[in-house]
Amino acid sequence: MGFFDSLKAKVQAVAQKVGDTLSFDRLKEGLAKTRSAVFGRLASLVRGRTLDDALLAELEEALLLADVGVRTTDRILEGLRQRWRRSNTDDPDAVLDAIKAEIAERLLAVGERSSQKGELPKPYVVMIVGVNGVGKTTTVGKLAYNFQREGKRVIIGAADTFRAAANEQLATWAARAGVEIVQQQRGADPAAVAYDTLNAAIARGMDVCLIDTAGRLHTKGGLMQELEKISRVLKKLVPDAPHDVWLVLDATTGQNAIVQAREFAKVAPLSGLIVTKLDGTAKGGVVLAIAEEFQLPVRYIGVGERIDDLHPFDAIAFVEALFAEQPSVPQSVE
Amino acid sequence: MFESLQARLEEAIKRLRGQARITEDNIADALAEVRRALLDADVHVEVVRRFIEDVKAKAIGTEVKGKVLPEQLIVKIIYDELVSIMGTTKSELIHAPAPPTVIMVVGLQGSGKTTFAAKLAALLRKKGQQPLLVAADVYRPAAIEQLKTLASSINVPVFSMDGADPVNIAEESLHYAKKFARTHVIVDTAGRLAIDDTMMREVESIRERIKPQEVLFVCDAMIGQDAVTTARTFDERVGVTGVVLSKLDGDARGGAALSIRLIVGKPIKFVSTGEKLEALETFHPDRIASRILGMGDIVSFVERAQQEFDEAKAAELEEKIRKREFTFEDFLEQLRMLRKMGSIRELLGMLPGMDKALRNVEIDDRAFTKIEAMILSMTPQERRNPRIINGSRRLRIARGSGTTIQDVNRLLKQFEEMQKLMRAVTTGKVKLRNLPAMMGTPWKRS
Repeated sequence: MGFFDSLKAKVQAVAQKVGDTLSFDRLKEGLAKTRSAVFGRLASLVRGRTLDDALLAELEEALLLADVGVRTTDRILEGLRQRWRRSNTDDPDAVLDAIKAEIAERLLAVGERSSQKGELPKPYVVMIVGVNGVGKTTTVGKLAYNFQREGKRVIIGAADTFRAAANEQLATWAARAGVEIVQQQRGADPAAVAYDTLNAAIARGMDVCLIDTAGRLHTKGGLMQELEKISRVLKKLVPDAPHDVWLVLDATTGQNAIVQAREFAKVAPLSGLIVTKLDGTAKGGVVLAIAEEFQLPVRYIGVGERIDDLHPFDAIAFVEALFAEQPSVPQSVE
Repeated sequence: MFESLQARLEEAIKRLRGQARITEDNIADALAEVRRALLDADVHVEVVRRFIEDVKAKAIGTEVKGKVLPEQLIVKIIYDELVSIMGTTKSELIHAPAPPTVIMVVGLQGSGKTTFAAKLAALLRKKGQQPLLVAADVYRPAAIEQLKTLASSINVPVFSMDGADPVNIAEESLHYAKKFARTHVIVDTAGRLAIDDTMMREVESIRERIKPQEVLFVCDAMIGQDAVTTARTFDERVGVTGVVLSKLDGDARGGAALSIRLIVGKPIKFVSTGEKLEALETFHPDRIASRILGMGDIVSFVERAQQEFDEAKAAELEEKIRKREFTFEDFLEQLRMLRKMGSIRELLGMLPGMDKALRNVEIDDRAFTKIEAMILSMTPQERRNPRIINGSRRLRIARGSGTTIQDVNRLLKQFEEMQKLMRAVTTGKVKLRNLPAMMGTPWKRS
């Protein structure tokens, strides 16, 4: 059994022990629309080869194309070299196995260090932040649906009071998910909306309180201060709120995502990432760099437009998808 | 990790010092740095490879002569190459022989299509045209409301149909446009992934029915390696005529612009920055080249400075400094002039080299607001002669400006130091580049 398979078995064993219904096929299912094979082009390219300079260069290119970034790619390849020296096998898939294990271990390490601590507080307050157009509002809708299906009572706060029609969009999602929503007119103070939402959550005995915020570029100082204010105001009602702040990243985003994570972490206590639009051709490899640099684990991934298209992140499946065949775009009907 | 290319090259280029010519051997390290810089800027791997080959071919054999440093020479070769790839001409909208001109806006979800559509309408309106916006995104909840809200703020009509499919909406909008003599029809389509065949077929059908003069592909400046795949697919399926680079007001380096230009070969027609509807600019190849290289946008800086800076006043100020008559009134004027040009951080970031210097410095624009408030709370007499500001005056100034006595004390001290420094500069005792370190500016080191 190679590095990767044993890692996979280990994770599965843990998952079964805690009675988690974690399925390794779930992500693949979501991604199946686009990726024909898990072991695609790269797998066949690497098969039976030894780790020489030529192969290292090919692996480097694969990682760079997945937006992993130069620095993290260098580190991964260095880790791979060391792992390769330790290994002693004639398995033709040994190289692929080693690089997948190298990456998965890094992701799992970050996930473990910051994993959820037992029972959720009540109300469990989550703030969703990110730059414009990454899919925050859609994600909030899907999250609400996920929690609601787990039998939790959910309330959403529409603290995006800036974008035209953001209120209507969130209201539609709230109706679809069957959860409550608190909103004010466009242009209202977002912190006030957040405060009202949490107030209502406490009064109505809600389990989960989700705060949607307006998209903002991390270079806009004033808007970033506003996030700080929202998180400060929430503390007036629940001293340890927000319990989680998730940064939503678009899978197509390149190296700028690293700067985004750094800047958002300055104004809100970031605790995880949500990667959206992973059902496209982009692979979102930049989360590897972010996970390492800021110890931020990926919590969920979005793989479609339906309300049930948000899944808990699965490092193993993510790594397999990272090395899946570069999907060719269908020219006509399948 | 985003230090400027020039700074990175300085280290890599040491081997070039004292060499008369650039050779394959002594340029290798420098090119490795260029490669890293381009990849960090999200330029596509394949494009980077081709680009490095080109630069190498151009650089090898070049003489290093005169006062030009080798790193400057290489940056120049790279910069020129970048600019030439990006295209040197500004491209205008293609117009229909008879109105209406039909423009289709396509792209991924969240790339900024709706905002761009409204901005383009605003721009056309400003030029005296009569645009019509068409809401063909029937999928995203409230997308139509978003377009209507934006359109009403710029007084442009929106065409929409409840419950209709996007192809019909687009088609009907043309009849409407002809009937009401609109000059331009801007069709805002739904965001879609390039691999979503059903959605791509829909946008193909729209194109076939309305035969647009322009199909503009809106691309988020923050996009990574996927830019090429996406742009290419949209081009193959709907025939893109131009690219719009959005969200360039962030700090993404926009390497995608280079990739798309080189691989898909489409001109970049607009740059969309900010959420205000007037923030639509034409594309300047040289500026994006500087940005990708992390060289700072010196041209934009100079342009803005020229707009705001009054030469006569500058001369007057210089005279005052020389005569040691620089007062709080002058200071206030300077401060306001600087702020008119934009945020201080943004301005400084445009200067070459400053990017690196500012990496760990936090500049709080609000600190300047505070200073302004304090000066405004002084009497004219106090502004001209700060020495008369005693304890009770300080308290009054603090109260008047909503600050604390400590803030006022700090300002007075900084001002005094600044005056001293100015004297030193004018008498030639201090070199200008030591200024930031000596000035007690409201910049915190973090």
